[in-house]
Parts: sequence; structure tokens; C-alpha cells
Amino acid sequence: MKVEMMKERVKSLFRYKDLLAQLVSRDIKLKYRRSFLGYLWSVLNPLMTMAVMSVVFSQMFKKGIENYPVYLLSGNILYSFMRESTTHGLTSITGNASLLKKTYVPKYIFTLSKVTSDLVNLGFSFCALLVVMLVTRVQFSFTIFLCLIPVIELYFFTLGLSLFLAQASVFFRDVQYIWGPVVLAWMYLTPLLYPIDALPPKLGWIVSHLNPLYYYVQPFRQAVMYAQLPDWTLVWRGALIAVVMLIIGLWSFAKAKDKFILHI
Amino acid sequence: MGENNTVVKVDHVTVRFNKASVKVDNLKEYAIRLLKRQLMFQEFLALQDVSLEVKKGEAWGIMGRNGSGKSTLLKLISGVLSPYKGTVKVNGSIAPLIELSAGLDGQLNAVENIFLNGALLGHSKKFMQERMDEIVEFAELKDFLEIPIKNFSSGMRARLGFSIATTVRPQLLIVDEVLAVGDVAFRQKCEKRMQDMLDKGTTLLYVSHSTNSVKKLCNKALWLNKGQEVMHGDVDTVCSAYMEALKAKE
Repeated sequence: MKVEMMKERVKSLFRYKDLLAQLVSRDIKLKYRRSFLGYLWSVLNPLMTMAVMSVVFSQMFKKGIENYPVYLLSGNILYSFMRESTTHGLTSITGNASLLKKTYVPKYIFTLSKVTSDLVNLGFSFCALLVVMLVTRVQFSFTIFLCLIPVIELYFFTLGLSLFLAQASVFFRDVQYIWGPVVLAWMYLTPLLYPIDALPPKLGWIVSHLNPLYYYVQPFRQAVMYAQLPDWTLVWRGALIAVVMLIIGLWSFAKAKDKFILHI
Repeated sequence: MGENNTVVKVDHVTVRFNKASVKVDNLKEYAIRLLKRQLMFQEFLALQDVSLEVKKGEAWGIMGRNGSGKSTLLKLISGVLSPYKGTVKVNGSIAPLIELSAGLDGQLNAVENIFLNGALLGHSKKFMQERMDEIVEFAELKDFLEIPIKNFSSGMRARLGFSIATTVRPQLLIVDEVLAVGDVAFRQKCEKRMQDMLDKGTTLLYVSHSTNSVKKLCNKALWLNKGQEVMHGDVDTVCSAYMEALKAKE
């Protein structure tokens, strides 16, 4: 019975793949429409942010980290993806109210399309990272391809989180306002600006065990900038957390979706 | 035949809304109300025990005064709402025109909107590409394809929306009082197109306050009042009864 339902769901996702493609391309097209440099901003923006931050913070953590710009940027593009896509995902249902009231489409498609268009944006940011790596003469290695693993895990983790937030914000608009500070705190609790061993041991343990983002940022860095194989323990934990988050997201969304219409 | 011939089957459906005087959508208020036990539920039945069976090729006009549940019924059939009691079954592809410009994005231009709207109705880019010329021609928007449609007039939007929804040849067309915005010439053109579609076997659900246009297009009619069915059946019978009831009120 359950399996049949799942099959039906996957089929319906397949049926709406064109809609998904259209929504993603709409987001990407509209993002830079009427700006002079257009898509180039997707690469320039993380570069400029990185430049500002590394000037400020490299003074503070001078001893700890070699090649600070790459360290910072590699963590930051993953974090930014998580922040952007959850923030967009959060309003994906309430923002499409007029459409949802008037025509039938699977509602999760709006959340899925937001997270996916931000994933495309992550691709652009990755180009920025490659540029900085070339400029700072980081040694490239085949392990760079393995960075896809944490990225895919992060995508599903973020999707689950966004689905959860999207349905919650239909009933409680407060979620939108709470989420800003939450992701800010999350940024400081993730070793993006500082090395993990700069933290006091207790806090360091908490961050490296309880912060899901750490499970994605750390293997990503290992693969991209240190030419190492990612730490498989982290990779497995990351996968597990992503699956759990996705299930929570899908379950809460599926439970709430029929009531959306009364609240949007 | 038999079952397969039925396009829409609405079976003893009731739709319930919460008509609570204050809408609670933030946590603080929810918590306070939870503590005070004020999360009351004032129910409002938009439809009560309504049944409708639409067979392939039939054209149903749905009539009734404002607030009688016409749009609710259409939303139910198009899947936007789910019933509180009863079941709704639909076979075949639907093009719901509950509002003509609903699926249009103001920032995008006409061509992009045709693809987006087509995708909303479940059609591929290729499918829409093949019908592009026909859509543009019918909507009479050849010279405005590159303009973001937020700059369109409401009539232009309506033309685009109607043109997309009817050009894709759905099996079931749902039209909710959408032709009121167009000018007379365009309205006639739309009625003609709907007539063509009917001749080719499309099933139509049509909401209108104009009994004349209902009579012209439909062969069956349903009359709703305050969420309940007053009568259904042959279009002429229902229309004249409806008109008489209106006159009696005056």
C-alpha cells in the first residue's frame, strides 16, 4: 500500500518535471534580469563577499589557517546555499498563494523548485571558488570530484528543512522572522570563519557532532582544498541526517498540505 | 461505456470552512488562545451534500447567486480544495480557468508565460512550442511578445490566459466567469472557440451569471443556492426556473 503510494508520488513528480524546469528557469532568469552584468553576479557576488570577509577575519585567525580565502569561500558557499534556499523555501507556499488557490499542482513543487534553483546558483559560486583556487595556486586533485557527495547530501538536507519550514510558515508567519537570527547563529556555530580547533574543546565537540552543516562543510573542504579523501564517518553521518531531515520534511508537509488552502 | 464515460463524479460532497472571526496565524496569538481555550471553530459549509455526474461531451452551466458555492464546486473539481465529506473523481486532463491570469507571472514576457502556464497545465515545452503560433494568433498579441506582462492590460492578460488554456485541448475545460473582462468581439470569439471544442467532444463546466450564454453553450445546468442544490437537469428547464425565482425575489 505504502509502496504503491510512493510509486504514485514519484510518477507525479515525473509528470511535473516540465513545470519544475520552468519554475527553476524562471527563478534564475528573473534573478538578474535588468542587471548589467547578469549571471556574472552569481560568480562575482561570492567573490566580493569573500574578499571583504577575508580582509576582516584573516587578521584574527592568522595563525590557524593556511590559504584563508579558499578556506572561507569553500565553507561559505555551502552555508550560503543552505541559507538562501531555506529562506526562499520558507515563503515558497505563502508566496505562491494566488496560484495555489486557483489551479491544482503538487504543492511541494514550489519548494522543490526554489531549493533547486539555489543549487544552480551554488554551481556558479563553485566557479568562483575554482577561480580563487587557481589564483592562490591550490593543488588540484581528483578528490575534487568527491565534493559532489557532501553537496548532494546537503541538497537533500536543505530540501527537507525547507519543506518543514514552508509548511510551518503557512500556519505561523512568525517562522519567517525567527529564521533570520537562527541562520545567523548557525553561521557562527559552523567553522566557516575559524578553524574548528579554535573553539574551546567542549563547544568544539558539540559543533562537530551536533551541527549538521559540519558534516557537509568538512568533507567538502577535505576534497576540494586539501586534496584528501573525505572523512567517511562524516559522510555517512551526513547522509543519515539528510535522509532523516528529508523524511521529517516530507512527512510534515504531506500532513499539512491539504490545510494550506484555508490559511494562505 | 458506463463508468468510463463519466468525466467528473462528485458524490455527496460537503465543504467546510473555518469562519473564525479572527484569523490566527502567529505563534503568540496561538499560544494565548490555546491557553484561554479560544481556538474556536466556527464552521461554515460552503457546499452541503452536493452531487454531480458529468458525462463525456456534456456541457454544464452552473448557476446561482453570489456566494452560492459555484466557485467552490469548481475548485473542488480542479483539485484545489479537498472535500470535508464525500468524494470527487475526475478522469482526464483538466484546464481550470478559475481565474484567467492566475498562472501568469507578471515579470515574464508572453512567450515565457506560455511555457510556464503550459507546464502548470502539465504540458511539455515542446508541446507548447508546437502550439505557440496558434496561441499567439488567437490572443492577438503578436506585437507584444517581448513585453513583461505586468504591463499588459487586463483584457490582454485574459486573452492570453484563455488562449493558452483552450489551445492545449483539454478533455475538461472549467471556465469560471472569466469572459467578463474581454470586449464583445473577443467574447464572441471565445464562445465560438468553446463551441468548437464542445463539438469535438470536450467536456465543459461553465459558471456564468448570464443565463443567455449558459443557454447558448450548455445542455445541462446545475442551480446552487447557499451551498445546496436547488435543481439540476436540462438547461432550459433549470434556466427558466432560475429566472423565475429571481423575478419572484424582486
